[in-house]
Amino acid sequence: MNSGLIDGLFVFMLAGFVGFEVIRRVSPLLHTPLMSLTNALDAIAVVGAIVLVGEHQSKLAYGLGLLAVVAATSNVVGGFLITDRMLKMFKTSRPTKP
Amino acid sequence: MNTAFAGNQISIEFLYLLASALFILSLKWMSAPKTARHGVWAGEIGMVAAIAGTLLHHGIVDYRSIAIALVIGSGIGIPLGLVHMTAVPQRTALSHAFGALCVTLVGTAEFYLRTPDVPRFIMAVLSMEVILGSLTFTGTLMAAGKLQEVLPQRPLTYKGQNLVNLSLLAVAIAVAAYLVLNPGNRQLFPAMIALSLIFGVLMIVPIGGADMPTVISLLNSYAGLSAAAMGFVLDSKLLIIAGALDGSSGFILSVIMSKAMNRSFTNVLFGAFGQVQASDAAGGGEARTVRSATAEEAAGILAAANRVVVVPGYGMAVAQAQHKVRELYDSLRKRGVEVRFAVHPVAGRMPGHMNVLLAEADIPYDQLVEMDDINGDFPQTDVALVIGANDVTNPSARSDQSSPIYGMPILDVDKARTVMVIKRSMSPGFAGIDNPLYYMDKTLMLFGDAKSFVNGIVHELSGNTH
Repeated sequence: MNSGLIDGLFVFMLAGFVGFEVIRRVSPLLHTPLMSLTNALDAIAVVGAIVLVGEHQSKLAYGLGLLAVVAATSNVVGGFLITDRMLKMFKTSRPTKP
Repeated sequence: MNTAFAGNQISIEFLYLLASALFILSLKWMSAPKTARHGVWAGEIGMVAAIAGTLLHHGIVDYRSIAIALVIGSGIGIPLGLVHMTAVPQRTALSHAFGALCVTLVGTAEFYLRTPDVPRFIMAVLSMEVILGSLTFTGTLMAAGKLQEVLPQRPLTYKGQNLVNLSLLAVAIAVAAYLVLNPGNRQLFPAMIALSLIFGVLMIVPIGGADMPTVISLLNSYAGLSAAAMGFVLDSKLLIIAGALDGSSGFILSVIMSKAMNRSFTNVLFGAFGQVQASDAAGGGEARTVRSATAEEAAGILAAANRVVVVPGYGMAVAQAQHKVRELYDSLRKRGVEVRFAVHPVAGRMPGHMNVLLAEADIPYDQLVEMDDINGDFPQTDVALVIGANDVTNPSARSDQSSPIYGMPILDVDKARTVMVIKRSMSPGFAGIDNPLYYMDKTLMLFGDAKSFVNGIVHELSGNTH
């Protein structure tokens, strides 16, 4: 096992704890937008797919990569779009300054 | 390594670092409605930074294909971002499926690029990535189908179901273990994918509509974990971080959802809720009387009340009654009636479903009250108006130990002075459990479609003012 994997495990552990602490504080009011936002962020997997397409190492990798980029990009675009649409709707009854 | 290349590598890593920080900030800002939209912007900037960084990779030669795929993906994403708010649960499930598809495809491509020289640890995480990705893909597609009602929402169960499902998963894991030891076996890899895909379908078959909030959250968590596994395969810390964030988010939501149903994960996944009680409900069919009322009578009672609590449920979403509910809210407020909304964590088909619908109808979010905060207020409430909610108001969860939902935290609407329930008919809800609330003396049943009935009440209320 090389040091890169160990580093990865440390990063995973730390990010898991950060995620836990940050998300625990999200108001239940916003659980639906939270889910669509994390969905968009999770589509960061697009970076792996972009490399597959761009490097064009084999026909198979290229084809699968193309499909993967399409799938992930639709999540990025759709996820951010709908999250913002939902959040725009949340208003208080107390007047807030614009 | 020449210096230009090294410089490039530093820029890439720096952009990835920036993206990681922005992703964490993005979730942090989601904690309150005031800052939440900043969270979306942070996420968007982070995403652009990450994609820009990726395009700097020295190995990338084919920019045209990337551009085409990005454009097609955006073309699919935009309509998916513009769906109606009532369709948000199935849209969310569908996007989990897309995310899982991406991860599975990349994992598959990586396997065939690297085989037969795949180190054991990499092969293990790659298998995990592909197994989780595949089962999440078909599982969420099934969930989306059930939510969209192209598939039956009732759970489908048969004898030995759990045994069949678990052995299928066990075989998939055994294949993965074999691949870890023999990563050169190209033929076995598709078998592992196929087994996981089938498991994903069978896993959702026994799950009913009412369990969807938990299941969607759990699948969300799987999607995140598979992305994190992909991060290990590609040695990308950014992916590991994003995957871990998504994984923990899904995990926390599933814990909240299953707590709100007083059930464990295993119970949700292997318990097949509706089936057992369907027979129960049929057995307990002694004739009990219910009192029903018309829109006119309901309007009279509501107008005379001081405090009203509205309890929305999936029925409100199905009937798309939220805008009519807003009109009711307005006309009661005009009469000086205090109106608040009691939102149960598992009301609807996904976490936070009711809040989004009510916010869509312009109901201020400070009037939406969580279960624990409002339950103490029901005894001082004149009217509890239940619109299309059933199990989350069932008092037998508190008192009847034989009830399948015994122990589930509920909204104590039965403690209000008068209870009004808008419901299509007396048929039991998705979980198939009879609700004693309907037979109480203080309960008035308002039979009909939620939207038209609320409209009727609003009409009566406005008629009275003239």
